[in-house]
Amino acid sequence: MEALMNWLEAQLADNSIFTLQTLGYYGEGLVTTVQLVFLSLIIGLVLAVPLAIGRGSRHAWLRLPIFFYCYVFRGTPLLVQLYLIYYGVVFVEGIQDTWLWLILEKPFVPALIAFTLNTAAYTTEIFRGAIKSTPRGEIEAARAYGMSWGLMMRRIVLPSAFRRALPAYGNEVIFMLHASAIASVVTIMDLTGAARFVYARFYAPFDAFLFVAAIYLCLTFAIIYFFRHLEKRLLAHLKPASG
Amino acid sequence: MKFQKILSIGVLGTAMIAGGANAEVRDIRIGVDVPYEPMEYRTPDGELTGFDIELGNALCAEIGIQCEWVVQGWDGIIPGLQARKYDAIMSSMTINEQRREQVLFSDPYITPPSAWFAPMDAEIGTPSDETLEGLTIGVQRGTLQDNYVTDMYGDVAEVNRYATADDMVLDMDSGRLDAVFLDFPIGKSTLLESEAGEYKVVGEKITEPVEYFGEGFGIAFRQRDQELAAAFNEALATLKENGTYDEIYAEYFGD
Repeated sequence: MEALMNWLEAQLADNSIFTLQTLGYYGEGLVTTVQLVFLSLIIGLVLAVPLAIGRGSRHAWLRLPIFFYCYVFRGTPLLVQLYLIYYGVVFVEGIQDTWLWLILEKPFVPALIAFTLNTAAYTTEIFRGAIKSTPRGEIEAARAYGMSWGLMMRRIVLPSAFRRALPAYGNEVIFMLHASAIASVVTIMDLTGAARFVYARFYAPFDAFLFVAAIYLCLTFAIIYFFRHLEKRLLAHLKPASG
Repeated sequence: MKFQKILSIGVLGTAMIAGGANAEVRDIRIGVDVPYEPMEYRTPDGELTGFDIELGNALCAEIGIQCEWVVQGWDGIIPGLQARKYDAIMSSMTINEQRREQVLFSDPYITPPSAWFAPMDAEIGTPSDETLEGLTIGVQRGTLQDNYVTDMYGDVAEVNRYATADDMVLDMDSGRLDAVFLDFPIGKSTLLESEAGEYKVVGEKITEPVEYFGEGFGIAFRQRDQELAAAFNEALATLKENGTYDEIYAEYFGD
């Protein structure tokens, strides 16, 4: 490890911008960005499945609030949502004295909440569309077998809906990664935050931002590869039969 | 190019004649770019005031000459000096090497101070590695204050960087920040005055080291006006000695 550090230091010897210190900032930024995006996507996904089912419900008391939630979070910029959650909670009287402040004081959790609510709204709409486009014949066949609603959802509707939603959801994951770049406005040192710091410190916009753009490209590549792999496995039945 | 050369020879010639006739320092005009509070700005009734203006007037009085202020936009402030629209610039101009090639600077007359601000009830001693350990400090991203705090205390404290001073003040109000490090005049107007009683200055105002805070502001003259610059340096030294300088300083940079 020490030999590696020495080698790296030698490589960076005549580089005034990319020192071990700034690379450290980029490294921490990478960890923060991945944590933030990964956690918000996982929680958002878990929230989105019941919401998507409820969104297609016959009952207006269930359908309308979910519709309203999706409408609000898809209809306003994520940056505004982030500002409202990070700076807005402060104006709740006396919040500093409650346990809530312990988690809302640092910018990470407010950002995580904003990102999660945002991605959950989009994912809900993606899944709703996929659920809605379940072929009628499959549903009728399930009913003819005497399946209950729950069993039908679990065995027939959701599995095929997930497969149909996969390409659109892959897009949402990439969008979320890129949307996370705004986290630095609430002082989070994510990848973009690190780039902005290096830019401001060395007045070197090209170096700072090209470097971070390359990191985002690598992350995006990993996401694309992951989803292509998933699609190959899960959507194998849709491939044209080969002779 | 050629025209410029002819012109500069012409100007030089005139100056040599003028220099010969005037051994005494004459009345001068001083260029200034307003507004840049609290260094130079206008009162509601249109009068020029500010630290530069008051100190400049005091310096002229000390030398015993009449000074007239000429308002000039920042972009053209050095060309205006070369073109003899005025004879000196006193307009929060930071002394640096590039400018030194163009103009002759007086001794620095002020380094704009930065200061630590904290909530009134905070118990932070004079800022140091020990007293700031584990605290969250706010700075404006990319400012000299950011560089200073990052290098001096980045290892012991958490540094939150904000795009604007407003965001930072908001987070200070909410209790997310234990202290901020700011340009003193900005902190004074946003924290000490508009939220009187909530905040205080911690420790001394900070103007050093030079690598972060710069050499300070200087009065700029044309390269050849060495006598004029010498007269101002002498007057500045006198004012610092007799307390006039401190009075003016306290008026604009006092707590």
